[in-house]
Amino acid sequence: MSRKPEPVQVIKQRRDAALEQLVGAVPYIQFLGVKFDRRGDELTGVLPFADALVGNPMLPALHGGVTAAFLEITAIIQLSWATQWDDIESHSDTPDFKPRSLPKTIDFTVDYLRSGLPRDAYARARVNRSGRRYASVHVEAWQDNRARLFAQATGHFLMPPRDG
Amino acid sequence: MDDVSDDASARIARIAKNFIAVLPHAQALGMEISEVTAGRAVIGMDYNERFIGDPETGVIHGGAVSALMDTCGGAAVMSHPTAAGGTATLDLRIDYMRPATPGQRITATAVCYHVTRSVAFVRATAMDEDETRPVATATGAFTIERAKS
Repeated sequence: MSRKPEPVQVIKQRRDAALEQLVGAVPYIQFLGVKFDRRGDELTGVLPFADALVGNPMLPALHGGVTAAFLEITAIIQLSWATQWDDIESHSDTPDFKPRSLPKTIDFTVDYLRSGLPRDAYARARVNRSGRRYASVHVEAWQDNRARLFAQATGHFLMPPRDG
Repeated sequence: MDDVSDDASARIARIAKNFIAVLPHAQALGMEISEVTAGRAVIGMDYNERFIGDPETGVIHGGAVSALMDTCGGAAVMSHPTAAGGTATLDLRIDYMRPATPGQRITATAVCYHVTRSVAFVRATAMDEDETRPVATATGAFTIERAKS
């Protein structure tokens, strides 16, 4: 009755390719150098440190706008990824998954908890509500210690039309 | 400015001249200060394909608008007469009214409308070349870092 499970490499390749289609298409994500680590369906945004990301060169600290952008990118990709997971998984026979349009930010509120240090940063987002039209996403960012967040944010997003 | 001391005027002039130059990321985004007065700053940012957030439409990423708003808010705080050796953002909320038109320059105007001993409150608006309809508005709270005397 049950089909033979897919080879693990096929599964990984399909998921990584789908993620790359979402992330690689957005110039601003490349501009900041944001990458995504994937473990199963769990995504972690990674922002490798670069001198061009500094806001206050005296400290030095990450620019608040970089932090905001990193959080917003992570929220959007997580939301897009989570809402298309079933599509990605159902394309086991046909590899050409076509991602939907990205969700559009309605509002985004960032809490700056401590200054961003000149080193890599990480972020994970949680979709708290995902409706047909609107979604609410919370996202947390840290550097050295997962429990010591340096910023968090909540945003509301307008979802792309289902057939878009 | 009648109500601004020489000291504050000098600071404003310094901000107008140097603020972007000393912020590597503001430089990376090509921001330009066009106006600084007491507690108010106007900063512009040209359209650049590298800032695109939606590859289907060419609309720039919200994060780039956030960076502009944050920088502009910081400049408004620094230029407030009763502020600030420095400032850091405590929180920033951005409302996106409409997509910015691809190809057009975005200009943010931030006003630091209230300052306590420790906190500065800021409102900001971002416009593209259609100045009748805002692209985004923001409200934020910033720290006041007193200059050590």
